[in-house]
Amino acid sequence: MSDKNTTNLSYLSIRQAHDLLVEGKLTASELTKYYLARLAEIDPKIQAVLARVDEAAVLKRAADIDTQITAKRKTGHPEKIHLLEGIPYTAKDMFLTRGTATTAASKILEGFMPPYSATVIDRLEAVGAILLAKVNQDEFGHGGSTENSAYHPTHNPHDLKRVPGGSSGGSAAVVAADVGLFSLGTDTGGSIRQPAAFCGVVGLKPTYGVVSRYGVVAMASSLDCIGPIARSADDASIVLEAIAGRDPHDATTIEVDDYQFSRSTSPDGLKGRKIGLIAEYLEGLDDTNRAVFEEDVEFLRAHGAEVSTVSLPSLKLALAAYYVLTPSEISSNLSRYDGIRYGHSAQATAADLTQTYLQSRAEGFGAEAKRRIMIGTYALSAGYYEAYYQKAMRVRTLICQDFMQAFEQVDVLIGPTTPAPAFALGSENHDPVTMYLNDIMTVAANLAGVPAISMPAGEIEGLPVGLQIMAAQRGEHELLAVARAFESEAEESGAESPHVSTARPEL
Amino acid sequence: MMAKLSTDEVRRIANLARLGLSDDELGAMSTQLGAILEFVDVLQTTDTTDVEVTSQVTGLIDVLRPDEVRPCEISRNDLLANAPAVEKGFVKVKRILE
Repeated sequence: MSDKNTTNLSYLSIRQAHDLLVEGKLTASELTKYYLARLAEIDPKIQAVLARVDEAAVLKRAADIDTQITAKRKTGHPEKIHLLEGIPYTAKDMFLTRGTATTAASKILEGFMPPYSATVIDRLEAVGAILLAKVNQDEFGHGGSTENSAYHPTHNPHDLKRVPGGSSGGSAAVVAADVGLFSLGTDTGGSIRQPAAFCGVVGLKPTYGVVSRYGVVAMASSLDCIGPIARSADDASIVLEAIAGRDPHDATTIEVDDYQFSRSTSPDGLKGRKIGLIAEYLEGLDDTNRAVFEEDVEFLRAHGAEVSTVSLPSLKLALAAYYVLTPSEISSNLSRYDGIRYGHSAQATAADLTQTYLQSRAEGFGAEAKRRIMIGTYALSAGYYEAYYQKAMRVRTLICQDFMQAFEQVDVLIGPTTPAPAFALGSENHDPVTMYLNDIMTVAANLAGVPAISMPAGEIEGLPVGLQIMAAQRGEHELLAVARAFESEAEESGAESPHVSTARPEL
Repeated sequence: MMAKLSTDEVRRIANLARLGLSDDELGAMSTQLGAILEFVDVLQTTDTTDVEVTSQVTGLIDVLRPDEVRPCEISRNDLLANAPAVEKGFVKVKRILE
């Protein structure tokens, strides 16, 4: 029915792909084959994929979905075709996928075949999205560069010598390189937003509990959030709508009033919108990065937003609180990898049960996972619990209070997503504390549980930078309205606008 | 608080975590963990005397469900498929009692 020669599939949006599918100008099979070919061409350069879903199974599923779509069209019900029906995507290797190996980029899970799929994978399956591949990340989510993958690093599509960010670096890299229409990521301290900023795409971390964590490899359970990396705020909102919702398998999921995130309920546009500029995030910026951010602020003002500076004094403690709470929860969550029930095991050669534990874990975990297990165990151990873990939980309260007070004055808060654009592969991974400083602008949203999004917002010497927008808990509609308005105003300004990352990576 | 953890202290923590560490790793950890602890020490500069702890940010308290038996959707074989050693439908481990 379709003619591939006349339909340019490059860098489609979800709605564009959906319209082509509904009009019969494109089939899910053709779209799937386009991305599989794209993956075969691009992945040798960016090395983002850890496991591909069996190709015959993917093509069979695409053909089945084509049959469904045709039936809905022919019976006069094209409106029953879901926006994600026939839409190919990828997922970070944190998501359990039945039938496809899941490792969280760790040797301790090498070859692990999940007996069930994550709730979000099931939800996307139910609406007809097509999973193509599992993509790279820092091991268990520990890192901001994807260099901590136990398998191989991933390269930034905008500059192959640079990191894609992390921990969801594979997800950001494939979305930026036009492999699939979106990717699922996880965000414990910025792992969706930071790689999105480094790769010039959109990364959305929802309110804690809006999306189920069931079947997702746990990092730090009181902070972990699931969300999309996509090429526009609209695409991200469509994915959020499909994956959000209460889940009996995850007791921390929350009910929200309106799940129709893809249809903004707030009045669109930036006019009159009260935007707070986080003072603490500007202090550490160098002149170049400050200049780009200030252009974004001017852009928002020029389009009618009321921008004021807001101080959240306890943010100065956010990174330290994060690096106590996170390793503590990590040390607890990673205790399940014991070489007994699944994962790498030294049982065959170990002398006794204790040696099975010690050796399985010694052989299976990478250096950063070991460091975090050690810090967490220390912080939770007798005599130190009060000074570290309890103290960090009290500081977390102060951070939550600062956010609540700020959102009494403004609709959304903004700041840069990162202090600087993507750094060179191998340049920062020698000193753990230097690496941790990359998270300075992203961890607070996780500590406070508020939704946050990173939008492409300009470039520095050809490298994308991100604008981070945060809203109050359950404020996804407000957040997405501002993000959409920023995006559409920037697109309308076209090439004259420094605020839109129009450049697509040349690969 | 301290710039370096002693290797004895590192060894004690590793044992609590059931994590085998080589001598090289013990040495590196004592410096790196010391640096990380020094970094998070800034927390001690803030007075939190009357501040409650936050462990759950969305205000959920005691989320309960009825205690009902439900069928497991996953077969026993599938659940055991990832275990390193299996015998008669059970996960096989090293002797735990002498």
